[in-house]
Amino acid sequence: MELANIFIKSIFIDNMIFAYFLGMCSYLAVSKTVKTAVGLGAAVIFVLTITVPINYLLDAYILRPGALQWLDASYADIDLSFLSYIMFIAVIAAMVQLVEMIVERFSPALYSSLGIFLPLIAVNCAILGGSLFMQQKDFSTITESVVYGFGSGIGWLLAIVALASIREKITYSNVPAPLRGLGITFIITGLMAIAFMSFMGIKL
Amino acid sequence: MAEKESLFSKKNIQLLKNPLNTDNPITVQVLGVCSALAVTVQLKPSIVMAISVMVVIAASNVIVSLLRNLIPNRVRIIVQLVIVAALVILVDLTLKAYSYDVSKQLSVFIGLIITNCIVMGRLEAFALANKPWASFLDGLGNGAGYGLILVVVSFFRELLGSGKLGGWEILGHKGKTIADSTGLYGFGYENNGFMLLAPMALIVVGIYIWIQRSINVKLIEN
Amino acid sequence: MDRNSNTYTFMFSSILVIVVALILAFVSQATKSKYESNIENEKMQSILATIGVAVDRDKASGLYNDYIKESLTLNADGSLNIGVNAFDINLHKELKKDANKQSFPLYIAEKDGKKYYVIPLYGAGLWDAIWGYVALESDKNTVAGAIFDHKGETPGLGAQITEKWFQEQFAGKTILTDASAGFTDNNFISVRTVKGGAKTDDAHAVDGISGSTKTADGINNMIQERLAHYLIYFQNN
Repeated sequence: MELANIFIKSIFIDNMIFAYFLGMCSYLAVSKTVKTAVGLGAAVIFVLTITVPINYLLDAYILRPGALQWLDASYADIDLSFLSYIMFIAVIAAMVQLVEMIVERFSPALYSSLGIFLPLIAVNCAILGGSLFMQQKDFSTITESVVYGFGSGIGWLLAIVALASIREKITYSNVPAPLRGLGITFIITGLMAIAFMSFMGIKL
Repeated sequence: MAEKESLFSKKNIQLLKNPLNTDNPITVQVLGVCSALAVTVQLKPSIVMAISVMVVIAASNVIVSLLRNLIPNRVRIIVQLVIVAALVILVDLTLKAYSYDVSKQLSVFIGLIITNCIVMGRLEAFALANKPWASFLDGLGNGAGYGLILVVVSFFRELLGSGKLGGWEILGHKGKTIADSTGLYGFGYENNGFMLLAPMALIVVGIYIWIQRSINVKLIEN
Repeated sequence: MDRNSNTYTFMFSSILVIVVALILAFVSQATKSKYESNIENEKMQSILATIGVAVDRDKASGLYNDYIKESLTLNADGSLNIGVNAFDINLHKELKKDANKQSFPLYIAEKDGKKYYVIPLYGAGLWDAIWGYVALESDKNTVAGAIFDHKGETPGLGAQITEKWFQEQFAGKTILTDASAGFTDNNFISVRTVKGGAKTDDAHAVDGISGSTKTADGINNMIQERLAHYLIYFQNN
């Protein structure tokens, strides 16, 4: 029940784009066609599902105040949480590299469709945001963090695919010249975010 | 390049000025939107955020520019991330100790400066190929361009949404009924609570772009 | 030296990491005590605010020791748990345990010769956690004051629980249906927010916030759930 709740919440209510505006740079840049949007979205799901749990373990067993107790009881007072940003970003950058190499080695087809997006993802705020929110939400098990990472990724994919489909259509519309491109995209995203607000308060 | 270029030569001034308008990181380069929007409910956190980003960009630009002939090319991105992350942690620790209330409001968004595309974008595009002083100005200019948008957006959101600016009730005090209210609220004025919700940040930026491009026709996209 | 050789890359990275780690460790040590005292002072400031002592955060710890006479940790059966310091209890963690295994902090304050019982609250609002403190007067029935805070309620709607007008309403309300019938579950009614405004003669209700029913429900549940655990202690003491 708790897991289903986290899942639904991370997709619809705490949506990375509509509630926190995370990963907006690539969201705006890569949402011109549905096909590339799906590719980037899939890569984000993939990377979030891997990095959030890894960073969860890192946080629970190394960084958190008292987390080093499993090594020796005398380490109970050590608080390394000030290192969390740097550790998280290092894990993310390393994971992205690793995923890129594995995908290239074992699935060249997937690589050629995902490949160009993977390096972009290391500096996508949604990925680091996922880990930072995970830390703040204080999950009690690793499964919860997997579900959270996966759900946030799906929410992100949903948002970018929806925007890309609207943008494909909007090329046929008569948008005022100064609003064309970026301006109208911001306003559309705003309106979509308002629609997503109707999900709030949902609890399973 | 000339041997002795004056510190504020025309070219250097341009580095500082362009990002405020024609080369604005948010509305023209489309970088760093992520963290720009979530913190703009009130003016005060936006200003702190703007200053923090400015410090991080300028400092990381200078450091990377100083090290530009030393950084091994293969691990370039990681080295840059480490430098930026370290600077962000310094900013975060300083805020937690000396500006605790604001740091609570900004919460994870300070950490997200690390992946703020402006920072990485300027490091890659500018600091790796330019001298420290020019990089410093470039960082300052881009930080200020980012800050400008934050301040404008939060100004409208706080003023229209809660009738305050920087926490001061400048439109008068809102009591429980019209009779106990002062200022504009005494005439039955109501705050537009909608401005406080996340989607309005996007729409305000959209309108800003609209106005900017109406004035500066060169920026219109096809 | 060749900038692309493995040795160079390795050496450069090691030096960078060591330098960065040293700087960060140093700064973190230097600012740590200040940060921790900020958190502690804020908690003390909140506790003092419920009994009507307004104080700047920096000065909270001095006054806290003047006003707060005892801080107790209770077990679910109302007995004292000497081993745990009430101030260090993290309610967020406690609430994940079974109710009969939790520890319940209770602060006893004295101001102008009157005794107050301050109970920390923690619960879920619409979006995220909400928390606060409620102070009861010496009859353990009348609310002396309450304060609330939240992590991410909707600004302008649910977030109004931090505003004075909302919190001030709680003072003077009572938590028991019949003040003389004792602290039993049946007699405990708690204080709740009422959508559209409470009746002026209702001693157990305050006005809700329009447009934020879920946050208000969260406040109701939080007060009801937390206070219920202290009844047995109040009955025995």
